[in-house]
Amino acid sequence: MSKIFYAKSHEWVEFLDDTTARVGISDYAQSELGDLVFVSLPEEGDEVAVGESFADVESVKAVSNVYSPVSGTVKAVNENLLDQPELVNSDAMDAWFIEVENISDKADLLTEEEYKKLIEE
Amino acid sequence: MKLIFEKGNKNRGLDLMPECDVPIRQVATGYERKKELNLPHLSETEISRHYTKLAKRTFGVNNGFYPLGSCTMKYNPKINNEMAGLPGFSDVHPLQPIDTVQGCLEVYRLAEKYLTKITGMDAIDFQPAAGAHGEFTGLKLIWAYHQDRNDSRRDKIIVPDSAHGTNPASASMAGFTVINVPSTEDGFVDVKALREVVGDDTAGFMLTNPNTIGLFEEHILEITSIIHEAGGLNYYDGANLNAIMGVARPGDMGFDVVHLNLHKTFSTPHGGGGPGSGPVGCKDILVKYLPSARIIDIDGRLSFEDKNEKSIGRVKDFYGNFLVVVRALTYMMTLGSEGLKDASENAVLNANYMLHKLKDTFEVPFGNGRCMHEFVISLEGLKKEKSVSALDFAKALLDRGMHPPTMYFPLIVHEALMVEPTETETKETLDEAIELFKDLYNKACNDPDAMHNSPTSTPIGRPDEVMAARNPILRYKF
Amino acid sequence: MGTYVPNTKDEQLRMLKEIGLDSMDQLFEAIPKEVKLGSPLDIPKGMSEMEVSSKMKKIAGKNKVYETIFRGCGAYRHYIPAIVKQVTSKEEFMTAYTPYQAEISQGILQSIFEYQTMICELTGMQVSNASVYDGASAAAEAVIMSKERKRKKALVSASVNPMIIETITTYISGTDMELELIPVKDGLTDLESLKNKLDVNTSCVLIQQPNYYGLLEDGDAIGSILADTDIKYIMSCNPISLGVLKTPAEYGADIAVGEGQPLGLGLSFGGPYLGFMATTEKLMRRLPGRIVGETKDSQGRRAYVLTLQAREQHIRREKASSNICSNQALCAMTAAVYLAAMGREGIRQAATLSMSKAHYLAERLCEIDGYDLVYEGEFFNEFVTTVNADVDVVLKALSKHGILGGYPLEGSDRRQLLWCATELNTKEEIDSMIQILNGVSG
Repeated sequence: MSKIFYAKSHEWVEFLDDTTARVGISDYAQSELGDLVFVSLPEEGDEVAVGESFADVESVKAVSNVYSPVSGTVKAVNENLLDQPELVNSDAMDAWFIEVENISDKADLLTEEEYKKLIEE
Repeated sequence: MKLIFEKGNKNRGLDLMPECDVPIRQVATGYERKKELNLPHLSETEISRHYTKLAKRTFGVNNGFYPLGSCTMKYNPKINNEMAGLPGFSDVHPLQPIDTVQGCLEVYRLAEKYLTKITGMDAIDFQPAAGAHGEFTGLKLIWAYHQDRNDSRRDKIIVPDSAHGTNPASASMAGFTVINVPSTEDGFVDVKALREVVGDDTAGFMLTNPNTIGLFEEHILEITSIIHEAGGLNYYDGANLNAIMGVARPGDMGFDVVHLNLHKTFSTPHGGGGPGSGPVGCKDILVKYLPSARIIDIDGRLSFEDKNEKSIGRVKDFYGNFLVVVRALTYMMTLGSEGLKDASENAVLNANYMLHKLKDTFEVPFGNGRCMHEFVISLEGLKKEKSVSALDFAKALLDRGMHPPTMYFPLIVHEALMVEPTETETKETLDEAIELFKDLYNKACNDPDAMHNSPTSTPIGRPDEVMAARNPILRYKF
Repeated sequence: MGTYVPNTKDEQLRMLKEIGLDSMDQLFEAIPKEVKLGSPLDIPKGMSEMEVSSKMKKIAGKNKVYETIFRGCGAYRHYIPAIVKQVTSKEEFMTAYTPYQAEISQGILQSIFEYQTMICELTGMQVSNASVYDGASAAAEAVIMSKERKRKKALVSASVNPMIIETITTYISGTDMELELIPVKDGLTDLESLKNKLDVNTSCVLIQQPNYYGLLEDGDAIGSILADTDIKYIMSCNPISLGVLKTPAEYGADIAVGEGQPLGLGLSFGGPYLGFMATTEKLMRRLPGRIVGETKDSQGRRAYVLTLQAREQHIRREKASSNICSNQALCAMTAAVYLAAMGREGIRQAATLSMSKAHYLAERLCEIDGYDLVYEGEFFNEFVTTVNADVDVVLKALSKHGILGGYPLEGSDRRQLLWCATELNTKEEIDSMIQILNGVSG
């Protein structure tokens, strides 16, 4: 069974174990945003909380918040994205933003099928 | 085209400085510059030609029609520049004794007189250097007002969702939290929604009127009294004052503080992005908080009053963009009472004339065929059916020698183009532009691909903005 | 009445008719009656161009244009090469708006790119923006730029021009930042005190080089105090001095700012001037204001565009760290043309001449009884002396001879003047002023 879930605000979350997960934005989100030119990320050790913005992504003419689907502590950030934001466009599912540990709470998450339905609507 | 650094020869240069007539002093050890200074090394001929070439690749108001909505790109009269160039203005040190700068103070005083009458305010402060700077200053006045009344819980500034981006940015820079209020389907402030968000934490409300879609807020008095009743103050963003000079005044609409854009309404040139001037006007209740000392006239001698201890403090060096104020004053003196009204009337007439001729071709989301000094059309239909966007349309206009309207603003209109012809354009220019718009509309329907490839006749084609932002190259590397 | 409306009354009427209206008044029907002006604006009638010109000339005539100026204090009279004004009064540059349409704005965009490069060269920094309003707002923007989530205290030397300090204070008054002054000792930033004030909450240290009193700060010492900390080192500097003086980058600064007026802009009673800002690549995305970048067009040709725009107010709205929109573009172009005309040698000469004249002036002043340098430190082209009479008496005596003397420093019992010399001041001028001053003394 897939360990990948989605938030309604278009982030994906992949659980590495019960209290650790990686978070990124969905392929649908990246295609709606267009070519990304910059991704700003939190720092290791920062706290993130369900529904709160932890990063933002910039295209040439827009900037959008990325919301956390889980609450916990940032264990690692994907620094590759700082130099190559285009990785998000080329493979959104591989381009994780942050790894969160000590997860204490999570949003109402959707399965891949439920999420597909959502974006088709 | 080559950069200025890619031209010339190491040994070229101008001979500008004389021999030193006093003993030469070298920099003391430890304070000297080590890194070589790379600057252009050109003859005067080459510099002159370089910039002439750059000028050819620049489009100003004098190159053609420039209906850039919300920017009021009217003609910049030459006499204004000539006056700003008078040595009596341009070669005066800002820290000269007061008796040697009576003319400068008179400029400020006269300009203040004109502008208080035009806006219905009680005082004007010329320190802010541009519109956004004026917004920040005006909002600090509101902040100081509430602080002074021990009402510091008022930390919210309400801003319509159709506002210019500087409004919310200025509010948060001044220390406020921004509350967005939606617009109605007709493009006005949603009065009901406004009533719901005001409260004892409301510090103030910012509005452009006519608003950013070119309509005069029909419930303006109700709006400003809702804010006043809640204990807040009303801020007037003067970006669109060109529509109403001599017709209506922010001061009579219930506004307590305004900023003006002298580089829009009052014909001073925009210089490719600045310098502008963003004077702030206010009602008596706010005068003591202004950043500059007031100018007073004692028996014909002008001087600065001591600055009020409640002043928010200065927002810039010295007194403001003085030479811009000289230009604006020259303009106001030239036009006078009737002339300013005539300018506004014709600005509104020209906009309505264009709108009238375009409304059957283009989708005009607001206004029922009427507008103030500017109007917004939407290309959403074209985008959906022919995938020709507002951007494509704008770029196609470039090939026809016209500066495009403002694109994608306000944000509440999809595929927006905002057209502001101004009063200084002839009927012939408007007629040509109308034909051009219609012609391009047909082209968009019949040959959309051509639109995607435009412009083709400009010095460059569409630039790759993604590449510029992903791998920023922000300077020439020697 | 003057007018710039080209359409005749007859044409206006025809246009109204086409819209289906009879009068101008009907255009304003949407404005509620209650807010309409009932009478004409209470301002004078319009005038012909000839009348306006004569009136404005009269007003300008009430100002005194000094033949000789020995006053700086934030505004400097340097020589402006003839080509500078000619180039910057070209109509295309004067009358263009912000270069939003890159395809027809390559001239402006390229000139800004060249300006950015020159500012980087002068300061030694890696990235420059396209300008801000003036030196004071540049310093304030730099202070705000230095703010971190956990670092909110700005340390500003008391030897910075008071106008700059006041502007910073206003800018941060609504934020959660605080400003603390570092005291001055012998006219210089007190390094011991600076060290004591540094803490985990400090976001930046701002000094001015040369400082308000004209003195050269020990920028290296401050650089080493701040090295290996997360505290941003901000230096406000005089751009002409950088022709010969150590650059902010060489001192280890993170942000260089300053007043660009000396670079070809007139005194103009204080404006328009030019705020320049430059920083490191690391802080690039925190830099406020417009920035021009190089890219390619659809055919692979080199092109310039406004870039990194997602930092700015029109996109980020209330989350933008600065609200700046209009800047001082034409003043930035003025500085670029000035620097192009002067070249490396010219700037070096202007700096050396200014410094040499200032030192000669200081020497000659100190020959007068009661005139002494107040501070001992190294200076560039400004310095403070005592005077032997009330400053007003001294300054009036000079003014009679068309000379603007030094600036009376506040809090000095009207007994200290801040002097300045530039390449424009000749030996002859200096010598004759000394003669006048000798007459005042005693």
